[in-house]
Amino acid sequence: MRRFTWFNATSITLGFAFLYMPMIILVIYSFNASKLVTVWAGFSTKWYGELLQDSAFLDAVWVTVKVAVMSSSLATILGTMAAYVMVRSGRFAGRTLFSGMIYAPLVMPEVITGLSLLLLFIGIGMDRGVFTIVLAHTTFAMCYVSVVVSSRLVSFDQSLEEAALDLGCSPWQAFRLVTLPIIAPAVISGWLLAFTLSLDDLVIASFTAGPSATTLPMKIWSSVRLGVSPKINALSTLMIAVVTIGVITASLISKRNAVRQKREEQAAARSA
Amino acid sequence: MALDEFAPWRDPNAKPIIHFQNVTKRFGDFVAIDDLTIDIYEQEFFALLGPSGCGKTTLMRMLAGFETPTEGTILLSGEDIGPIPPNKRAVNMMFQSYALFPHLSIWDNIAFGLRRDNMPKNEVGDRVEEMLRLTRMEKFARRKPHQVSGGQRQRVALARSLAKAPKLLLLDEPLGALDKKLRQDTQFELMDIQEKTGTTFVIVTHDQEEAMTVASRVAVMDHGKIVQVATPDAIYETPNSTYVADFIGDVNLIEGKAVAQDGEKVTIAWAEGQPDIIGTSDKPFSNGKTVHFAIRPEKIAIAAEKPDGAANTIQGKVLDIAYLGNISTYHVELANGHIIKAQAANNRRISRRSFTWEDQVWLSWTDTAGILLES
Repeated sequence: MRRFTWFNATSITLGFAFLYMPMIILVIYSFNASKLVTVWAGFSTKWYGELLQDSAFLDAVWVTVKVAVMSSSLATILGTMAAYVMVRSGRFAGRTLFSGMIYAPLVMPEVITGLSLLLLFIGIGMDRGVFTIVLAHTTFAMCYVSVVVSSRLVSFDQSLEEAALDLGCSPWQAFRLVTLPIIAPAVISGWLLAFTLSLDDLVIASFTAGPSATTLPMKIWSSVRLGVSPKINALSTLMIAVVTIGVITASLISKRNAVRQKREEQAAARSA
Repeated sequence: MALDEFAPWRDPNAKPIIHFQNVTKRFGDFVAIDDLTIDIYEQEFFALLGPSGCGKTTLMRMLAGFETPTEGTILLSGEDIGPIPPNKRAVNMMFQSYALFPHLSIWDNIAFGLRRDNMPKNEVGDRVEEMLRLTRMEKFARRKPHQVSGGQRQRVALARSLAKAPKLLLLDEPLGALDKKLRQDTQFELMDIQEKTGTTFVIVTHDQEEAMTVASRVAVMDHGKIVQVATPDAIYETPNSTYVADFIGDVNLIEGKAVAQDGEKVTIAWAEGQPDIIGTSDKPFSNGKTVHFAIRPEKIAIAAEKPDGAANTIQGKVLDIAYLGNISTYHVELANGHIIKAQAANNRRISRRSFTWEDQVWLSWTDTAGILLES
């Protein structure tokens, strides 16, 4: 497969074009001087300037970030707890049912999740706003966190925890001082996953948000219905940039750590 | 030598540091430990030996506090430790996987237990340095566990479990992950450290050579029961059953019937056309009773000519020779097809040996070389 062939070149070009063409067009048009989305009228960064003046958009960004941080943190705590219990509790009657119930929201249609939460909030008379979106996002993000964390816990050597207990830790200290630092990478990726899920959720947020709270996806969706503005292109370009930088940094860091660990292990084996 | 006199199990006034009283442990229907009673004394190096699944690890985990007995009590220095959780016991354990904390340096690994006791900072430092010196790991204190070799990790695990100066140290297959040469060196190091610190060690192993090398006493276990507890030489020379004889070292087991007894000399008839075996036992064997004659290969002499004056001589044919360098093991087939193993030191060059494959040879042993077992 190393050899260059026309077939390979075509496949890869088509594949990447399919994936990235829409985004490239979006990025290019964010620098369009014209107000019309489909007409190119020269390079300009004015839409970025206008975006920063638009308080409605900035408010939406702020609400989204607030919701994402709070819900992903809550989901990480709950999801880690759920994963820990499911992995550690061993066998008990109904274990399969329980673990199935934790993972069920993964495949539940968002519309149903959103609707059921809406009914619940109305039923208990809770005012809808930022807080209800946070609760809703926590609900569906925690099962993602739980999946990520439990796959790490399954391969976790339980004798590490026993060693901590043996050396005088209470069970909580053992978790905090030994288990948590070791599974931290999985917990962090769970948090990041929950954060991204919350960031781009439109359906559930639309159901559970009140008139006082509008998230960015909601804002974009509602403005697009009135016509695509280059401002939205600019905003989307910024989001793509943030996500790209985040992903590249994270993978570079983890790759560098893996390489360093491997090198050190080899050095230790040689010196023995 | 002082070491030879260390035998608190023979002293009726000695107080055991650990006392298991009729301990039973069940996992569902499976009986891991079956009504077991045993004493372990202070400063002992006690080995629990047995095949996997014999309950030795369960016994150790009950001492550490990770399992609780279903029935019976375990006393540590006279105190019932049943209700005490593992983090409150003056017992530390060295894990088979070493269980070093990968996110902490070797220094912090050793200090981990001391810090949990809220020991003052400078004392923690002193104690860690002492442990590093004891295990010769001073140079590696700042490294992480993955930055040192397997043998060094083993020493860190030992240092960490000894740091809190426990009354009792449990070692779960401590040398299982090391290669043979390193394992032998480490065995002596372990004994050395045990002597220096005066800690009571309980070691779990399936390696009989390891148990024999390090331990003051060995307990051979099978199916949740202790079959025999004795010093290594007593276990080897006077096993109390064919199970122990067979588990420890190499042995020839011959089943026969006691046909005559003159004082301690017992005559065993075991096969048509083969001479009777003369053995020694202080136990009376009634006529016709089934006995098992157990004899170690190294106690059987092998020669090309019939030796004079031996109590037992049997002729056979060399079937196989296992050459191990310093010794050779000969598999000799008797006329009735029974195979007996004999071992001889290779104190002459192999080329000067007077017999080889397919040759007729004479096996001989004295009347006290083997032992008679009832089961």
